[in-house]
Amino acid sequence: MNPELKQALVDYLLAMADDELILGHRNSEWCGHAPILEEDIAFANIALDEIGHAIVWYELAADVLGEERDTYANRMVYFRDAPDYRNAQMVELPKGDWAFTMLRQYLFDQFEMVRLEKLTQSSYTPLAEAAAKICTEEIYHLRHTQAWVRRLGLGTEESNRRMQTALNELMRYYEQLFSPSLADTLLFEANIVPFQTELMVHTLELIVPFLVEANLIPPRGSNFVGPNDVIYRHEHTEHLNDLLSNLQQVARLDPMAKW
Amino acid sequence: MVDEIIVMTSEAVQQIWQALDEVKDPEIPVVSLVEMGIVRDVMINDACVIVTITPTFSGCPALHAMKADIVERLTALGYANVEIKTTFAPAWSTDWITESARAKLRDFGLAPPPIHRGDLNVMLLEVATCPYCGSTNTSLRNSFGPTACRMIYYCNACNQPFEQFKPL
Repeated sequence: MNPELKQALVDYLLAMADDELILGHRNSEWCGHAPILEEDIAFANIALDEIGHAIVWYELAADVLGEERDTYANRMVYFRDAPDYRNAQMVELPKGDWAFTMLRQYLFDQFEMVRLEKLTQSSYTPLAEAAAKICTEEIYHLRHTQAWVRRLGLGTEESNRRMQTALNELMRYYEQLFSPSLADTLLFEANIVPFQTELMVHTLELIVPFLVEANLIPPRGSNFVGPNDVIYRHEHTEHLNDLLSNLQQVARLDPMAKW
Repeated sequence: MVDEIIVMTSEAVQQIWQALDEVKDPEIPVVSLVEMGIVRDVMINDACVIVTITPTFSGCPALHAMKADIVERLTALGYANVEIKTTFAPAWSTDWITESARAKLRDFGLAPPPIHRGDLNVMLLEVATCPYCGSTNTSLRNSFGPTACRMIYYCNACNQPFEQFKPL
C-alpha cells in the first residue's frame, strides 16, 4: 500500500472509531438514568458494544501504521484534544431526551448496517473480516432501536412530537456521517470502502419509508445540510469539549499510570 | 528425526488443547474456552506457543481476562513464551458451542442458543426453553442482559426469569 493510501485508510478508520467511541460514551450517560430498568440494561449494553467496536477500528488503524495496538488506542482516546477527533457532530450532541437518543441511535445503526454490509466486500481483508463480525452483533441494535422508533412515533401525541423535533434536528447532521475523510475517493478507487453517495442512497431508501410508517415526516431538500455547508471532520460543537473532559480526566491526571 | 519432531510436536499440541479445555469462560465458569469455540488454533513455533482465539462478541470485556487465563495455564504447563492472536474470520457463531457445553449451560441456568445455521429468522425467533422446567411457554423480556452475550426471558410456566445465551 502506498503512503498516501495508507494515510487515507488510517483517517477513515479513525473517523469510524471516533464515531463509535463518542456515541458509546454519550449513550453511557443513560446508565442508571434510563426510563425503565430493562432499558437501562439494554442501552448500557449498546453503549458497551459501540465502544468495543471503536476499539476494533483503532486496532486496525494501529496495524496499518505498524503501532502497538493497546498503546495506540489509549493514546488516541485519552490524549487527543477535540480538534484532533474525527467524529461526526451528530454523535457528540448532548443526549437530549429519550426520543432524541433513540432516534439518533436508530439513524446511526441503520447507516452503520448498510456500511458494514458493504465493507464485508472490502479489498482490505482485515477490514472486511471485522465488518462481517460486527454485522452479526449490530442486528440486535437495529432491531432494538427500530422498535423504539415505532413505539414513540406511533405512541402518544407527545411522543410523536418529541420524535419529530428530534428528527428535524438530527437530519441536519446526518449527511456528515457518510463522509469520514477527505481522501475517500482514493480508498473507493482501491475498492477498500464503498462510495459515499451510494451508501447514502441505500441508507435513505431504508430509513425514509420506515420513518413514514412510524408516522414521522423525514425532512426534505434544504433541511439536509447542503453542499455549501459541508461540515468537516475536524470541526466540532462545544459539546465535544465537555464530553472529552469527562472521558479523559482520569487518564490525564496520571498519564504514566498502569491500569 | 524429522518424523520424531513432528510426532513430539503434535503430542505437545494435543496436550495444550487439553490444558486449554480446563480454562473456563470468565463469565460462564462452567464451560471452557475450547467448548465455546473460542480457541481456534494452537501452533508451536520453536519455543513459542501461538494460540489463536476469536471473540464471542467483539467488544466483550472478558477478552483480556481470557488471554491472561490462557497465558497463566500454559505457563504452568511449562511454556514461558505464549503469544495470543485474535481473529475475526470466520466470525464466531453460537452454533460452534459443543453439545457438552450446551448441557452445562442448561444446568447453569442459562438456556443454550438455538442452532440457526446463519438463518436470521431462527436466530431472532424469540422462542426459548426454560432451563429450569423445560417449558417453551416463555417470553422475551429483554434482548440485552447482564453481559453482552445474554438476553432475559420469563418462564410463564414456572414463573421464573431466566437468561438465554444470545444467538449469534
